[in-house]
Amino acid sequence: MPQSAVCMTDLVIDTRALRKVYGRKTAVADLTLQVPRGEVFGFLGPNGAGKSTSVKMLLGLVIPSSGSARVLGAEPGAAAVMARIGFLPEHFRFHEWMRAGELLDLHGRLYGMPSDARRRRISDVLELVGLTEHTRRPLTDFSKGMLQRIGLAQALLNDPELVFLDEPTSALDPFGRILVRSLLHDLKSRGTTVFLNSHLLGEVEATCDRVAFIKEGRVLQTIVLRDLHAGKLRVELRVDAMTPALHSALSALPATELLTAEPESGLLQLMVADEELLPEIAATVLASGARLYALTPQRLTLEQIFLDVIGREDSGQ
Amino acid sequence: MSHIATITWLTFHEAWRRRMVLLALILGVLFLVIFGVGFTLIVTNLNPRVGVIERRYGFNLLLMAGFYVVHFLTVMLAIFASVDTISGEITSHTIQAIITKPIRRWQVLIGKWLGYAAMIGIYLGLLTGGILAVVALVADYQPPNALAGVVLLWLEALVLLSLSLLAGTRLSTLSNGVLLFMLYGLAFIGAWVEQIGSLLESPAAVNIGIITSLLMPVEALWRRAAYLMQPPVMTAIPTPFSGASPPSTAMVVYALLYAALALGLALRRFGRRDL
Repeated sequence: MPQSAVCMTDLVIDTRALRKVYGRKTAVADLTLQVPRGEVFGFLGPNGAGKSTSVKMLLGLVIPSSGSARVLGAEPGAAAVMARIGFLPEHFRFHEWMRAGELLDLHGRLYGMPSDARRRRISDVLELVGLTEHTRRPLTDFSKGMLQRIGLAQALLNDPELVFLDEPTSALDPFGRILVRSLLHDLKSRGTTVFLNSHLLGEVEATCDRVAFIKEGRVLQTIVLRDLHAGKLRVELRVDAMTPALHSALSALPATELLTAEPESGLLQLMVADEELLPEIAATVLASGARLYALTPQRLTLEQIFLDVIGREDSGQ
Repeated sequence: MSHIATITWLTFHEAWRRRMVLLALILGVLFLVIFGVGFTLIVTNLNPRVGVIERRYGFNLLLMAGFYVVHFLTVMLAIFASVDTISGEITSHTIQAIITKPIRRWQVLIGKWLGYAAMIGIYLGLLTGGILAVVALVADYQPPNALAGVVLLWLEALVLLSLSLLAGTRLSTLSNGVLLFMLYGLAFIGAWVEQIGSLLESPAAVNIGIITSLLMPVEALWRRAAYLMQPPVMTAIPTPFSGASPPSTAMVVYALLYAALALGLALRRFGRRDL
C-alpha cells in the first residue's frame, strides 16, 4: 500500500483488521484505518454500524477480539498517551452531584494538570463552550445540551493532540451546533487531529477533511471532501431512445462516467468531473441522433454519497 | 499514587455530597445517645445487692448488644455504600470519561476501595469508640480485647467491600446486592446452626456452620470478636453473642485471604472487561 507508506511517518491513528465480536454478534468486522496528524476525520455510518465500538476500541474502553491498533504510536488506552487525548463520549454522563467547575477540576486532576494550570484552563474551556456563568451550578440542574457542552469542555481541557467526539451535537440546539462547528475549525487551525463520529451529514460536510463510510463494522469507502467540492457533478439526462450509438458516444467522453441507464424511461445518469463538460454532453447526445428532453446537473452532497455507499435499504434503521 | 488519591478523594466527596455521611453521622450520634442514656439508667438504677461479678456480666452484655448493632450497621453500610459504585458507573457510562484519562483501571478500583475502607473504618471507630467511652465513663468498665474486636469488625467490612467490588465488575447493582445479602444470610443462619449444634454436641451441624463461614466469613469474624471481648465465663451462657464454638485465628487469616483474593479478582476482571 504505497499511500499508507507515505503517511506512515505521522499517523495518529493506524489500525489493521480491528475486530470486535460479542458472542455471536459481530460489532466491528474489519476496521482498517489511517488518520494522519492534523486531519479532521469523519466517521459515518447508520446506527449499529459499529462506530461507537470502533471509537471505544481506539480509546482502550473495549478490548478488540483481534487485529491491531496504534493511537499516537501506542497501544490504545495506554495511560501515558491518554494525557494527550480528549474524548467526548456518546453518552455524556458525568458525576451529576458535582458542580460544573468541580467536574472539570476532577478531570484536570486526572489529566495530571497542576492546580494553577487547571484553574486557568478551566476558565478558558468554560468560556469556549459558553458556560462561564454556570461554573458553580450543580450538574443536576443542567439541560442535556449544557451537559454535552460541559462534556466538550472536559474533552478539550488538556489541550489534546487528538480529540474523539462521539456524536458531539446530538443534544445541541442550532447555537450549540454552530459553536461545535467553530470549535472544530479552531482545533483544525491549531493542528489538532479530530475523530468525529456523527450521522449529521451536513455537519460532517462542513467540517471534515476526509470521511470514512462504515457499515456492518467494515470501512466501505473513504473520500476526501475537497474532491467532493472540487466540481464533480451528477447529471441526469432524459432522451427519447437509448441507442447503442448514444451509449458508446457517452462512454467515450472524457472525465465522464456513465452511472445508470434505464432504456424504458430513457433516463441516464452521468458523473461528470467539471461543469464545462455539460454543453459537450448535450452536443454528443444530439449528434448521436437522439432527442434530448432534459439535462439536469446536480452538485453532489455528502448525503447522496452516503446513500449510494451505504445503500438505501438501511434508511429505515 | 496521586491518581489513586484523586479517586479516593472523589469517593469521599461523593459520599459527603450525596448526604450519606451526614445521615450516617446523625443516626450514629442518635444511636450513641440512646445507648448512653439506656446504659446510664440501668447503671444508676442497679440494685445495690447485685454483686460485682453480676454487674460486670450485665455491663458486658449491654456492651456486646451495642457492638452487635454496630456490627450489623457495618455490614449494611459496607454493602450499601459500595454495591453500586462499579456497576452503576458502568451502566450510567460515567466511567467512560474517567477511564479515558491517563489513569489505569486498577488505580480506579484501588482508589474506590481505599475510600470506602477508610470511610467505614472512621465510622466504625466513632461508633465503637463511643460505646466503649460510655461504658468506661458511666460504669468504669472495660471489656477485654476491645481493639482486636474493633479491628475484626473492620475486617468484616473489608471482606464485604472487596466482594462487592468483584461482583460489581460482573453483575448489575441489584444482583450484586441480592448476592451479598443472601451470602450474609447464609453465613448468619450457618453460624446459629453451628452454635446450637455445638451446644447439643452435633458435629454435623458444626460443620455446616464452618462451610457457610468459608463461603462468607463475615459472621464468623463477628463471633470471633464477640468471643474475644467477653470474659471467658460468659461465653458459656447462651446469649446471641456467646461462642459455644468460637471461630479460630485460622478463620481470621482465611477472611484476610478471602478479601485479598476477591480484590485481586476484581482488579483482574475490571482490567479486562469492556466498558
